[in-house]
This record gives sequence, C-alpha cells and structure tokens, in this order.
Amino acid sequence: MNSMTRFADIARSGGDPEVVETGPTSLTAADRIARGLGWFSLVLGTVELAAPGTLARMLGLQGKEALLRAYGAREVMAGIPTLSMDKRVGLASRLAGDVIDIATLLPALGRGNPKRGNALLALAVVGAVTTLDCIALSGTANDRSRGRVRDYSDRSGLPRGVSASRGLARRAPA
Amino acid sequence: MKALVWHGKEDIRCDTVSDPAIEHPRDAIIRVTSCAICGSDLHLFHNLIPAMLPGDIMGHETMGEVVEVGSAASDQLKKGERVVIPFTIWCGECSQCRNGNHSLCERSNRKKELADKMFGHATGGLFGYTHLTGGYPGGQAEYLRVPFADTTHIKVPDGIPDEKVLLLSDILPTGWQAAQQCDIEPGDTVAVWGCGPVGQMAVRSAILLGAEQVVAIDFLPERLSMAAAAGAITIDFKQESVLARLNDLTEGKGPQKCIDAVGTESHVSLAHPDSLYDRAKQMMLLENDRPHVLREMIYACRPAGTISIVGVYTGLVDKIPLGLAMNKGLTWRMAQAHVPRWTDDLLRRIEAEEIDPSFVITHRAPLEQGPEMYRLFRNKQDSCVKVVLHP
Repeated sequence: MNSMTRFADIARSGGDPEVVETGPTSLTAADRIARGLGWFSLVLGTVELAAPGTLARMLGLQGKEALLRAYGAREVMAGIPTLSMDKRVGLASRLAGDVIDIATLLPALGRGNPKRGNALLALAVVGAVTTLDCIALSGTANDRSRGRVRDYSDRSGLPRGVSASRGLARRAPA
Repeated sequence: MKALVWHGKEDIRCDTVSDPAIEHPRDAIIRVTSCAICGSDLHLFHNLIPAMLPGDIMGHETMGEVVEVGSAASDQLKKGERVVIPFTIWCGECSQCRNGNHSLCERSNRKKELADKMFGHATGGLFGYTHLTGGYPGGQAEYLRVPFADTTHIKVPDGIPDEKVLLLSDILPTGWQAAQQCDIEPGDTVAVWGCGPVGQMAVRSAILLGAEQVVAIDFLPERLSMAAAAGAITIDFKQESVLARLNDLTEGKGPQKCIDAVGTESHVSLAHPDSLYDRAKQMMLLENDRPHVLREMIYACRPAGTISIVGVYTGLVDKIPLGLAMNKGLTWRMAQAHVPRWTDDLLRRIEAEEIDPSFVITHRAPLEQGPEMYRLFRNKQDSCVKVVLHP
C-alpha cells in the first residue's frame, strides 16, 4: 500500500474496507513512461522559460535565449497533453520537439564551442529521451488498436420482436 | 477480500482489502455474485470527477446474496435472499424519497457538508462514486456493505439468471428514465445521442414507450448494429451530417425528443472543432465537461421539444447556446436515475419477456481481470459494449 492510499484513509469513514495489499494495475508500462515524460516536459519547460540565460551559458548557446524560452513554452504545451488521457497527442508533439532539439544542438558540437562537452551530453540526453518517447508512443498506439469489429445485429433485447414491442409499455402494464 | 480499487488516473488495481462489516442496524452485507463496469466508471478512471481518493473501491452495478443483516433491516431482508443493489442509496423516509426522487435522498449522503458546499444542496449517496456522494465503497468486490439496506435493494426471484436482472442496478432504469422524461407520444421521433450501454437501453425504452421513429447516433459500427437490432435508424456521425439526416427524417422539423446518453466525454474529432476546444480547456483544467452533444441537441431539437439528459456531467461547461434553447422553448429534464421509481415495473417486464437487458453484455471476466477489462472497455477494443465481472 502506498503512502497516498494510507494518507487517504484519514478521510475515509471508520468501518470502510482498507487496502491490505495491492494487486495488478490497469496502468501499462507505456502509461508509466508517458507520465514520467509528461512531468519531465513540465519541469524542463519551466526551467527553459525561467532561466534561459543560465541554460544558454551551460550549453554554449549564448544569443539563443529567446529560442530556448520558446522551446520552454513548447515543452509545457507538450507536457500537459502527455499527462492527460490524450497522451498520444502529447507524445507525438514531444517527438517532433525532440527532432527540433537535436537540430538545434548539432551545430553546438563544432570544435569552436568551448562548451562542446556539455552540448554532447545534452544531445545524449535528448537521444535517450527520444527513445523513451518512441517506446511510449508505440505502446499507447498498440493499446488503442481496436481489434475485430463484431456485428451485434442479432441482439435486439426485445424478446417479442421489434414490431410487437413498439408501444407495448403504452398499451398495458406488464 | 478482493476488490477493484481506484489509485489515481487510469490506475485501477485488484487489491486485497479488509472485509466490510455491519456498522448500523439498517445495514446488510451481500456476497457479490455479479457486478458490471459502467460507462460512468470511466469518468472516474479518467479522473474527471473530483473527490476520489486513492484506496476507494469502485463499482455501482452490483448484485448478490445476503449474508448478514442488521437488526433494523431483518424484517425486510433475510440471509440467502438474492438482491440487486441499485447505485443510489435511499432512506425511504425523507421528503425526496417520499416524492420518488430517490437519487436525491436527503439522508443517505454521509459527506453532506462537503456536497452542500459543492452543489448548494447535497444529492443522495451513491456506491463507489466519489466522496461528494458519500464516499461509499463500491460493489466491484467480493462483498459489499449496503447502508439503508432495508430499502436499498431489489429482491429478485431465484429462477432468473443474474445477467437478466443485474442491469436493474443502473443502466436499464437510467435508459428507461431517459425515455420517460421525454413523455413520448405516438408519432414522436426520439433521437438518442450515444449508443453505449445507457443509449442502448434508451433506444429499447423509447420503442417500448411507443416512439414512431428512434434515431441512434454514434460512430462505432458494432454499437450502431446493436441499436439497429432494436429497430433504431442509425446515424454514423463520422460518415454523415447528424443535423441534415435528422431533418431528412422529420420533414425538416427536427426530432421532438432528444436524449443525451453521452455526457461529459463527447468524442473529440477534427470534424467537430468545438470538441477540440473543449478538450484543450479540459486538459488545462479550465472546463470540466465536453458538451458537444448538448450543443448539437439544442440545435437539432424541434421547437417546443424536450431534451432529456442522463449522460453524466461533472461540473462547468462552456459555450452552451442557452439563447437557442430559451427561444425554441425547449424543456430540459435531467437526473441521476431514481432507480426504485422504475424497478418494480421493469422487473415485471423482464419476467414477462418484454425486455431482456442481457443483450448488451459482450464481455465476461473474473473480478481479478477487472483492471485489464477497464482498459479494454475504455479503448472500446474487441467491440466491447458492456463488461460483467464475477468475483
């Protein structure tokens, strides 16, 4: 039993059943990854919005503070749907953002950049996160595939047939 | 005992929990033999309704066998009796109960102070449906404590299988009430938005109550085929214009009666820009519901017609064309189903083979598979319409 459940027991009425041992969950691995990525987006986006100067100095991207701030807004906008039930929208948006991030970081790998090591590290992190985005996106897409479509045209639920049933409840009480 | 427990958004677990016990002389304990997942459980699954707490037991469509009875309920219930437990808890004595408004019972909501603050005046207690409606543990479990058990039950005869009567707990009376709220007259066209389980029951109810035309609106082919099986004319809203087709079917006048069996989670689609707007606002916690269906109903309904809402809404909605509704003189009727108002009649109709609600059940599984059945139902996989679980 996790601490949130234990804490929530305070608000429950005295005799109500309490969790003794937790069992299998409806959350999939892809859901958990997506949730982590969503929070990562919100935190990173907030840092980029709040401290673009510091980040630019760390990465050797001085002069691109406005760009980093725009990326911060993008991260926040991707993080919100990633944490929602429409996580595929958020994850697809994150993946597009990953591509832009990589394109932005690649020029910083030039030998003239004194912070080349930091940029390389950042690129490695973006690469790892891109992999997680791909895993989460494919996992949630598989989860939503509908499988076979069945025909229920034999399920009227009206044992006397449709014609005989029409208005039956008006004509006489059962 | 085992129970399906809410732990957060999209996180339902089959946990081991402590057994319920009699807490009040009017209580009873039932051993659950069948329970179902309701479409409105998905609103909790998506964490769209406030006041769920980690550790809350899900479920409000339950039936079983009485195994223990409190001293004040022993005249009405005996051990071994089979009972369906309605999702609404009612005392049977307050003014709302006496007037037949059982889902608005004034005494059964044990979190009344919280609900008074949220709703202005509290509604009745419900099983497994947030602390705004009492925070009662639900019936997707091996055992269930039933408060006010002397009134809150429907006795069922031994000869009828669980599946034919289980849905008296919620979706059959809810669909029936949706149609009753329309005051259907011969010659009426009744349009039903949403062909989920409640929509399917509303279609059959409208047929039984004598509607000339019943029109069922959805986009999932399996659900449309199920509605057509009961004589409904179907509209696939992804293939054709709902408004144009409804006008075609009613000589340009629109349906007299419109039923909302969708509620807060209207389908989001590029074809309905308002649904995208709602979803974006909902994501940012700026709006509770996605009321596309409500907007479309107000537009489609014939002047002086009736709008009947049984799909669950949770809070604040945006861009409702109230001016249209007012100028068209529409009547709005809505409520959580007042289950016992209808169940004596509906049980008789089941016994008389006028309706067999088990048609809607497409999936059956042991309680332990509940978490994955929640996912399957939410994702509408394998043409899932209704899941019944057996502890």
